[in-house]
Amino acid sequence: MNINEKQQEIIDEFAIYDDWMEKYEYIIELGKELEAFPEDKRTDDRLIDGCQSRVWLSTEIENGNMHFRADSDAIITKGIIGLLIRVLNDETPETVAKTDLFFINEIGLQEHLSPTRANGLLSMVKRMKMDALKASVDAAKN
Amino acid sequence: MAEGTKKPFSVREIREQFPALRQTVYGKNLIYFDNGATSQKPQVVLDAINRYYSKDNANIHRGVHFMSQKATTEFEEARIAIQKYLNAKKSEEIIFTKGTTDSINLVAFSYGELLKEGDEILITTMEHHSNIVPWQMLCERKKLVLKVAPINKKGELIEEEFDKLLSNRTKLVSVTHISNTLGTINPVKELAKKTHAVGAKILVDGAQSIQHMKVDVRDLDCDFYVFSSHKVFGPTGIGVLYGKEDLLDRMPPYQGGGDMISKVTFERTTYNELPHKFEAGTPHIAGGICLGEAIRFLNALDMDAIQRHEKELAHYAQDMLDTFEGVRIIGEAKQKTSVVSFVVDKIHPFDIGTLLDKQGIAVRTGHHCTQPLMDFFKIPGTVRASFAFYNTKEEIDTFIAAVEKSISILK
Ligand SMILES: Cc1ncc(COP(=O)(O)O)c(C=O)c1O
Repeated sequence: MNINEKQQEIIDEFAIYDDWMEKYEYIIELGKELEAFPEDKRTDDRLIDGCQSRVWLSTEIENGNMHFRADSDAIITKGIIGLLIRVLNDETPETVAKTDLFFINEIGLQEHLSPTRANGLLSMVKRMKMDALKASVDAAKN
Repeated sequence: MAEGTKKPFSVREIREQFPALRQTVYGKNLIYFDNGATSQKPQVVLDAINRYYSKDNANIHRGVHFMSQKATTEFEEARIAIQKYLNAKKSEEIIFTKGTTDSINLVAFSYGELLKEGDEILITTMEHHSNIVPWQMLCERKKLVLKVAPINKKGELIEEEFDKLLSNRTKLVSVTHISNTLGTINPVKELAKKTHAVGAKILVDGAQSIQHMKVDVRDLDCDFYVFSSHKVFGPTGIGVLYGKEDLLDRMPPYQGGGDMISKVTFERTTYNELPHKFEAGTPHIAGGICLGEAIRFLNALDMDAIQRHEKELAHYAQDMLDTFEGVRIIGEAKQKTSVVSFVVDKIHPFDIGTLLDKQGIAVRTGHHCTQPLMDFFKIPGTVRASFAFYNTKEEIDTFIAAVEKSISILK
């Protein structure tokens, strides 16, 4: 499945919910299921401080692909992180850097990634893309 | 208006005057519990905005023509309405600003010019950032010392500690009348007495008080009282600084420009008299006029009945929240207004706020611009429901059910 197919899969999953609360219940479930964040990675340089909730992001390259792990103190933020990671993980640095995350708008979560919603998510996505960009530049050098 | 002419208070009638309350969000009837952040506007204020821009729009204090005269008169009548509402001695003591923050910055700059190295400013732990940061900036600029009077676990000012911090080095006490996060009502009249006994001045941050209680600046005997129009049913972008005349007279201007001058030459400029000395440039004319309208609206209401109603709402909400396991009320002062802040064990305030929003309920979550206060309680933030007179018990029932549902989903 390529990155856009993954996004489409999420859009299809959300299409069955017509009620906002059901949508959020699903996001909260995803938040609860998110892979535990390694405690030794919970450092200040990995912290993205939002006004409302805080986000930690750890970026690694595995077999030439991006591998993100992230966490938040708010469960809804964590659920959205789960979706982002599902889309972006195991993709090449170039793909991550240039992909348009259209699924966010399609499932109606754009408010969480707007610059006015200071929950750290927008900064997290920016940092993910920056890390990917750096990795692709590094890969080109080698 | 004489006491006897006030209309008996009816929530239903009041609600009808606020069109913004009649809407649905996410398919649910809106429940607006974010009045601490800003209030909705009554029809009379909306009409005044429309009337001003449709018919009366002109610059003030400078025109010979009909419209300018009319706008000037209305603007100055608004000033007088505010003066009377606050029971200030003179309308010259009412300065139009952009809001509470702007008013405090004005005092911090201008009154600050009269202070010298080593002088002390005294605030409290429960202040809004707007009543902290301008003083920190002043302290840096003039090498003053900022002192902070502590509070207890209930969210009340510890008066003995306040007394200890007050000395003849204190030049200004700046304290909130009502805490926006906790709802605590500070005994500002008493604090004013103590402040004056050491020869200092007192500024009362009225951002959260004027919409909930009758404020009489002469009875409180405060030297400055500041508030924002948008929190008392008026438009955004305008607010008030009340200051005692002799004090304002002694203070240098804050900003330079048109309107605030008496005569300008390149060698020397003389300043205009109060209140214009502090109102450089074209003011927010529509804002001032419509704030006047909001104040007249408020003046026609029975404030005692409103206070009873708001208190009842807060008690009702708090009593029900108290029965939920894991819910902790933040701010349990004996003297408290219609703010209910709470946290839930192991659940982030942001999550509750997001789920309440999706159920049509507007609350605020976060630190409410009182980070030092959050540090004091060792929490990242709270969920805050803040009520106004147009809120109802039925809305609180819906809110409580929504909180319960949110907690059960998040657990
Ligand atoms: C107690 C208090 N002080 C100051 C302010 C700042 O008011 P404004 O943003 O309207 O200047 C607020 C508003 O949140 C407040 O609640």
